[in-house]
Amino acid sequence: MARPFTPKVITANALLNGDVVYFTANDDWSPMLCDAEVIEDEAHAQLRLLEAERQQAQAVGVYMADVINGPDGPEPAHFRENFRRSGPSNYFHGKQAELS
Amino acid sequence: MYRYNEFDDAFLAARNAQFRAQVQRRIDGSLTEDEFKPLRLMNGLYLQLHAYMLRVAIPYGTLSSDQMRQLALIADKFDKGYGHFTTRQNIQYNWPKLPEVPDILDALAEVKLHAIQTSGNTIRNVTADHFAGAAADEIADPRPVAELIRQWSTDHPEFQFLPRKFKIAITGSPNDRAVTRAHDIGLRMVERDGEAGFEVIVGGGLGRTPVVGKVIRDFLPRADLLPYLEAVVSAYNTLGRRDNKYKARIKITVNENGIDAVRDQVEARFNELRPLFKGVDQELLAQIEAHFAAPEFAPRDEAPYALAYANDPVFRSWADTNLAAHKAPGHAIVSISLKAQGQTPGDATSDQMRLLADLADRYGHGELRISHEQNVILPHVHKSDLPALHAALKPAGLATANIGLISDIIACPGMDYCALATARSIPVAQQIAERFDALKLEHDIGPLKIKISGCINACGHHHVGHIGILGLDRAGVENYQITLGGDGTEDAVIGQRTGPGFAYDEIVDAIERIIRAYLELREDPGETFLAAYRRLGAEPFKAALYPEAAKKNAA
Repeated sequence: MARPFTPKVITANALLNGDVVYFTANDDWSPMLCDAEVIEDEAHAQLRLLEAERQQAQAVGVYMADVINGPDGPEPAHFRENFRRSGPSNYFHGKQAELS
Repeated sequence: MYRYNEFDDAFLAARNAQFRAQVQRRIDGSLTEDEFKPLRLMNGLYLQLHAYMLRVAIPYGTLSSDQMRQLALIADKFDKGYGHFTTRQNIQYNWPKLPEVPDILDALAEVKLHAIQTSGNTIRNVTADHFAGAAADEIADPRPVAELIRQWSTDHPEFQFLPRKFKIAITGSPNDRAVTRAHDIGLRMVERDGEAGFEVIVGGGLGRTPVVGKVIRDFLPRADLLPYLEAVVSAYNTLGRRDNKYKARIKITVNENGIDAVRDQVEARFNELRPLFKGVDQELLAQIEAHFAAPEFAPRDEAPYALAYANDPVFRSWADTNLAAHKAPGHAIVSISLKAQGQTPGDATSDQMRLLADLADRYGHGELRISHEQNVILPHVHKSDLPALHAALKPAGLATANIGLISDIIACPGMDYCALATARSIPVAQQIAERFDALKLEHDIGPLKIKISGCINACGHHHVGHIGILGLDRAGVENYQITLGGDGTEDAVIGQRTGPGFAYDEIVDAIERIIRAYLELREDPGETFLAAYRRLGAEPFKAALYPEAAKKNAA
């Protein structure tokens, strides 16, 4: 039996500064996970992934990441994505500094 | 130090101009990412978790003070004011922006540095003993040969599309400080009948399939080095697998074909190549050797050193751990620790880099080295200057007396930066260092190498750590496996796994249990951890690590 589809967001790095970005429902890219379009349907996910990958001038290394729906929007399902949305743990650099 | 000639300058300028145009074409949309990626990797530009990363080669680990100052300037101007020194004698900048990378490369070229072949399936930065040209136990300085290999391998048309990356390390000493047995080719200088030559080791490597390299030639005359290297890489280029990335390194080629079959192919190719090298390489080598002439080691009064050593316990502790024997009387090799307890192993701020450059000018003939153990070395310091040097290092957080001790930990960037990582390394290293510093046990424990990798690729050399730690992702949770008894010297040994791994919040306690068992079991304070492990085997340490299992077995 096929595994049930779990909620996902589309993420990548920005071409120019390499920053982690998330694909929004408006077809643009946001540095904030809470702005990401949460995709609940597999067919829609495939379509959105193609649309995101087409944005070669904005994003590099486009892929889908699992999320869990929380009260404040999507939360990363895996610790790797948790680091990506905040920054390294040894210095206060990256998103944790830029978005605070 | 090697000085670029007109050809070198023109080559680098042309290469940088090419890459500038390639970046421009990527940004204006003429190149897709698929087209651009191999081009950026050829120039050391990776895309990591949070940003791009630029890996700059420090050929054979040697830097001039001017080069170090320029690395500091780049850290300030284009990055976040620091750089990370790696286990392959590179420096990595963690936050460059794509449009600025061509400017960074031009700034590097101003001081004859580059990022060429720091990535991709080519011959990578040639690494060397970080004490080269200074060590008391050295037969000859290996760096002229390393420079010759760099020139030969850079843009070598036959070797730009190897089955996989290819790493060469070289040492001029019988005591191997360059981990030559864990490289695709390791070169160890040896003497036979008064003539210096190389023991050639092939097929070593760490990663997912750790292998100690095998001797393919026990004595290679120095003059035959380039044709022989070319023969080895050529044989690998032919025999190496391209169907499976994980079976593509030369260690697998050697294991699948056998060292004898590989040797036969290498010797056959060598016999073809040898006559084609008509001595130009040796003329070039002679020119390069002149660039590496040792500085004048003038004899001076050593009394200031003896006085400080007798009266200042902090200085004495530092001198006991951070100095190594120099070939010239009255001199010492100074290892400056980038492992202050709680700091990120291998990181230096731009201020620290500038201070190190200034101190190299003042006390060390303007020369610095970067070790694969992620520390900085001033190779030529007169002992009378050591008290002043130590005093200058202290306020900058650079006087930590821990070289070769438990907090002198190799750690890869791990999941704090690396896109390949499966777990974090840096915070584990920080916590272990802080734990034993707080316990005040570090100097009592004595020589001990802990090495931490955040994934199976083993950039942190965990397989050859006396205690190795490998961070994995087990069902979405960080998990750390421990190996014991590894050794990266000329007697290289791959460490053995102890058993099940430990969670992120258990790993420091687990290491402490191993250390307490060692302190309990050693014959006397002179018996190192590695010696005790070799005498006792893994069992007593496993019992300390897994007390529950030990209890069950006893019941």
